[in-house]
Amino acid sequence: MADQPKIQMRDVAKAFGPKVVLDGIDLDVGVGESVVIIGGSGTGKSVTLKSILGLLTPDRGSIKVDGEEVIGMGSSDRERVNHKFGMLFQGGALFDSLPVWENVSFGLLAEKRCSRSQAHDIAIEKLAMVGMDAPVADLMPSELSGGMQKRVGLARAIASNPEVIFFDEPTTGLDPIMADVINDLIVKVTREVGATALSITHDMASARKIANRIAMLYEGKIIWQGPVEDIDNSGNEYVDQFINGKAEGPIKMAMRA
Amino acid sequence: MNPFQPIGRVFLKFLLTVGRIVTFTSLGLMHAFRPPYYPRMIVRQMIDIGYYSLPVVGLTAVFAGMVLALQSYTGFSRFSAEGAIANVVVLSITRELGPVLAGLMVAGRIGASLAAEIGTMRVTEQIDALTTLSTNPMKYLVAPRLIAGITMFPLLVLVADTIGVFGGYLVAVHKLGFNASNYLQNTWNFLTAEDVNSGLVKAAVFGFIVALMGCYHGYNSKGGAQGVGRATTNAVVSASILILCSDYILTEMFFTK
Repeated sequence: MADQPKIQMRDVAKAFGPKVVLDGIDLDVGVGESVVIIGGSGTGKSVTLKSILGLLTPDRGSIKVDGEEVIGMGSSDRERVNHKFGMLFQGGALFDSLPVWENVSFGLLAEKRCSRSQAHDIAIEKLAMVGMDAPVADLMPSELSGGMQKRVGLARAIASNPEVIFFDEPTTGLDPIMADVINDLIVKVTREVGATALSITHDMASARKIANRIAMLYEGKIIWQGPVEDIDNSGNEYVDQFINGKAEGPIKMAMRA
Repeated sequence: MNPFQPIGRVFLKFLLTVGRIVTFTSLGLMHAFRPPYYPRMIVRQMIDIGYYSLPVVGLTAVFAGMVLALQSYTGFSRFSAEGAIANVVVLSITRELGPVLAGLMVAGRIGASLAAEIGTMRVTEQIDALTTLSTNPMKYLVAPRLIAGITMFPLLVLVADTIGVFGGYLVAVHKLGFNASNYLQNTWNFLTAEDVNSGLVKAAVFGFIVALMGCYHGYNSKGGAQGVGRATTNAVVSASILILCSDYILTEMFFTK
């Protein structure tokens, strides 16, 4: 099937105790598409990503990757599906006991796809793709600034040439210029490795830059989705309030967690 | 309202925790025996747990042996049984004090560092990152530490036994005026293989407990720095109590026929 979506979510729901985080999500991500999920803090963006990655198990619903149901999958099948994925974590999540190059080629080494010296070379090549020089490869992650850690995280996410890359708030905690550098890199590397991208963010500048399509998550549901060009004329007052960053509007911030 | 409600809740929570620990233990052991293995990680943990604990264990043992000789001298001289000091020292050290004191000291050192390290990896999403890089964190993080704990503790206790007996010898010969060759002769003649072996079996069990508690509490920590702190405390306290508790059970198994 040519038009089979890369990722298909149907009626996915998840609650932690009495707190309903996802309340029936339907979302399709087409092959080669870049979808950005926007929404305020605590609206279930991270839970959505973690459900697709298998880090959390939804209470109900179906998630299909290339038409294959991943919920309830055995661990060896899960590992096989996860081979298709790369993920850039919010804080970078670099392994601080390993040097940068070993972080980047960790997935390759774990699957024993290459020797350690080959892995070192591949790491340097991937680091070059995110604009970092070879000497960085032998540093430890703690010696890098936040922006550089994000870049190394990006290099790690693309190291095994994934079919889908997930970005968890890629620009959070960076200055505006570094944020834009990261956005450009995301656009560039996803195009170079030909990957499908699914990102979550609340940074509208970032969303506009990296998205083909935007979906807005509010109170555990997708309340609007459409091409990025339509975001300013969505006709949805929730979306308008969010993208213009107004305190006044239908979205009421929970002042107590 | 109902006074039995809180009691029931605590009891249910206790059962839940026991269940979780049992599941965690069986998963960890299963991964310790099933390939792929991570020899690099196992060796690193062996050095951390074994080699770097030597100073702590050595100092504990030498003072334990010295105090033991001194105390039993003051006690035994009341009914002129000073000759039994060599026997008391070697028996107490190999059967009890070596494994238990070394176990408790290393529980503080290793249990805390395992819980803090794995806990930090949990809250900075490094454990999630492992999963997305097709690496099972139970296999990569937990199994090598369990293996290192079980194998290194007996070696540490062997060292502690030797140093402890030497501590007793120092005090007996240089302070209490015993004849050196007589003292050593007494020590050697009285010692049986079972005394040492039972101590080494205890050590393996204690090593398992310390590694398990460190990993379990670290792995399940949540909520940032405070959560990691709590995990560290819980790891040390629970490991220490379980060591003393299992020490009684093992002693009863070995020496009551």
